[in-house]
Amino acid sequence: MAPVLEAGTRAPNFRLRVTPDQTLALEDLAGRPVIIAFYPADWSPVCGDQMTLYNEILPEFHRFGAELLGISVDSAWCHRAFAHHRHLHFPLLADFEPKGDVARSYGAYRFSEGVCERALFVVDADGVIAWSYCSPIAVNPGADGILEALERISAEETEGAEGKDRDHAARARHAG
Amino acid sequence: MLHAPVTQADHIRGDRNAPITLVEYGDYQCPHCAAAQPNVIMLLRQYSREVRLVFRHFPLTEIHPQAETAAESAEYAGSHGLFWEMHDGIYANQDRLSLPVLFALASALGLPEAGLRRSLATREYAAKVRADFLGGVRSGVNGTPTFFINGRRHDGTYMLDDLAQAVEQQLAVGAEP
Repeated sequence: MAPVLEAGTRAPNFRLRVTPDQTLALEDLAGRPVIIAFYPADWSPVCGDQMTLYNEILPEFHRFGAELLGISVDSAWCHRAFAHHRHLHFPLLADFEPKGDVARSYGAYRFSEGVCERALFVVDADGVIAWSYCSPIAVNPGADGILEALERISAEETEGAEGKDRDHAARARHAG
Repeated sequence: MLHAPVTQADHIRGDRNAPITLVEYGDYQCPHCAAAQPNVIMLLRQYSREVRLVFRHFPLTEIHPQAETAAESAEYAGSHGLFWEMHDGIYANQDRLSLPVLFALASALGLPEAGLRRSLATREYAAKVRADFLGGVRSGVNGTPTFFINGRRHDGTYMLDDLAQAVEQQLAVGAEP
């Protein structure tokens, strides 16, 4: 298993097809946390599959202001049918041509099978990877790690904002 | 690891003082959960002194439109001390699950339709079901059914042999000084 990009690394930008006639870029979502979930394939045969699970947890991700992107090497047409069938309310991106290019840039491509790894990345509002995890391909990693990462980001932002407020107040006093 | 500890609010089946707690996160419309149900019952029979079961709701509502209503109905029955009776009835009728079937199941347990209808209309147990779901999410539930054995996620299958083996392992650990 190739190592996936680690926390602290700038998240490589990408632009991928999100529907047969629209594309989406990571930088379009700058300013808020983004969860990137690479997964091997649409249509896994179990009802509690990873994308279905995340679909149910979406309100929790949104509480942190985060966007969720699912990425596999399936085509936009395949994604459309899959999303429709599972009532998914978040975008699935097609890493279809050149195949797996984006997954490769994240170290999340499985050359032996030609599919994405089951790899998760939480990117902070500044476009830096805050957390990443590569799961054994057969094991759905769940969402606990994602939520913990979002909580950490949110706590750091609050601290950062308070720090700025303190600096600002100190400067204001100094000026006065 | 299981984030949400077992509390008074949980439904417990089997010996309350059993040393091993099997927590199941399940969805009443999930065919895998229905398939696991007889295995869980057999396990409880086989290890009647060693294992107790806790069932928590994990409805995947987007793909299982009846799952949430079924979960809230089971909670309503639970408020009358009939959780497991309703739970078993729902799984036994999974292939034809609907509101009339839930009312009929409740009636058969002596719970009048009007009471259940009111409970569902006011979403009386929606918050409890959601709390189960979120506790599961934070614990790493990754589909249904997901089992935890004494707090540790069971990544094996729900076949009886697999569950029994996990229980045996836990018993062996527990027996160590």
